[in-house]
Amino acid sequence: MSLIAHLLAGIGRRVLAALATIGRVVLFAARAFSHMVRPPFYGRELLNALLHIGWLSLPVVGMTAIFTGAALALQIYAGGSRFDAQAVVPQIVALGIVRELGPVLVGLMIAARVTSSIAAEIATMKVTEQIDALTTLSTHPMKYLVAPRVLAALICVPVLVGLGDIIGILGGYTVAVNNLDFNGAVYIRNTVDFLEPLDVISSLVKGAVFGVIAATMGCYAGMQSGRGAQGVGRATKSSVEAASVLILAANVALTGAFFSL
Amino acid sequence: MIRFEDVHKTFGTNAVLRGLNLQVDKGTSMVIIGGSGTGKSVALKCVLGLVTPDSGKIYVDGQDTATGGDREAFLARFGMLFQGAALFDSLPVWQNVAFRLLRGALKRPKAEAREIAVEKLRRVGLGPEVADRFPAELSGGMQKRVGLARAIAADPEVIFFDEPTTGLDPIMSGVINDLIREIVVEMGATAVTITHDMSSVRAIADNVAMLHAGKIRWTGPVAQMDASGDPYLDQFIHGRAEGPIDPVR
Repeated sequence: MSLIAHLLAGIGRRVLAALATIGRVVLFAARAFSHMVRPPFYGRELLNALLHIGWLSLPVVGMTAIFTGAALALQIYAGGSRFDAQAVVPQIVALGIVRELGPVLVGLMIAARVTSSIAAEIATMKVTEQIDALTTLSTHPMKYLVAPRVLAALICVPVLVGLGDIIGILGGYTVAVNNLDFNGAVYIRNTVDFLEPLDVISSLVKGAVFGVIAATMGCYAGMQSGRGAQGVGRATKSSVEAASVLILAANVALTGAFFSL
Repeated sequence: MIRFEDVHKTFGTNAVLRGLNLQVDKGTSMVIIGGSGTGKSVALKCVLGLVTPDSGKIYVDGQDTATGGDREAFLARFGMLFQGAALFDSLPVWQNVAFRLLRGALKRPKAEAREIAVEKLRRVGLGPEVADRFPAELSGGMQKRVGLARAIAADPEVIFFDEPTTGLDPIMSGVINDLIREIVVEMGATAVTITHDMSSVRAIADNVAMLHAGKIRWTGPVAQMDASGDPYLDQFIHGRAEGPIDPVR
């Protein structure tokens, strides 16, 4: 009996700790948004964040999208040929990329590339007292470090997702036209005709939400980092894990919200 | 100028400050000494609001630091040199020094801020060629001096120095000590320094306070330090392993 009680108490403690962490992250995100709309604004920090999160993520996002689109076209062609439905490759590639794979893969790539780098940078700043130094220099760390990064992710990631969608579709197009004997013009027309505005909107909204999750988790883990190199490593690892899981969970919720109506 | 009244701070089960009472008079240089982990840095961070005391009061010019007010204006009165300099890696040296002059209430035109930064760098013995380098390109001693230039860039009324000579060779320590003394005298600022380095204490201090077990064990003018008769202070300033302070804490 006491063993069961002990086990239940352990589970209860973990659940409470998890709920407390969720609460802290939500409050942290709310504070980040509140600092976005209250002056002073740090334009240079925002531009730097836009460059790092947006522009410098383009190569990895582009490569991920083009290979995924190409593989998806091959898979759908092979699978579709089992029941003589090879012709639907353009439509399914477009639907799969725009609704699902584009935003999710871009989100996960951003979590790997941006969340980790934000967490490591801010955690190192914390460990080396640079965050304390910011405060003593009358600069709020949330306003200077967190708000520009979260805002930049909110702006950039939907754009990256949109570009990723286009590049992914082009990956499918390239394989379909060059290897699977599709007509290029027909492929493009089928893709454009099949996609609906809601497909594109859902993709971009997912991008915005995933971007906010990725940047917020990086900033939160960095600001909560423990001491020393181990603290920085732990913050980086936990930020990527949390951002990836939250992106996948948010994807289910958003897909449900958009398409189960 | 700065008064600690019965300040307590505990981290987890570690009671760091256990009733800190201390007064630092305006325009004087106070040096706080004490073993590692006795709460010296925590005391300074409590003044700046980087750490919130569990209980007790801290007054700056008679005003309780815990009562709201314009935080930016309050912090603008302080400069701080951190133990590891805490320079911003992503900014060149001059922007580190002029950080406060490039944003916020003290914002100046960029050219003027740079001019002030170069002048402050000259003040700490660094030439204008250092201004455009990044902190990672500087030696430890140069980083400390840049940190010092940043601390004095906006001519603060109060300057905190957290272990200013730790990790430096004796000659560079002497240079930093002289700089701190000169700056405090010339600017008329109030200075609070934390150090373990007894040569720094003698070079910088008007008054000394020894923090032990979370409380001030002894405080008085530096000239009276050697004749204090306090066994804890004697052990510390002479660096003896034997005495009332347990070397293994």
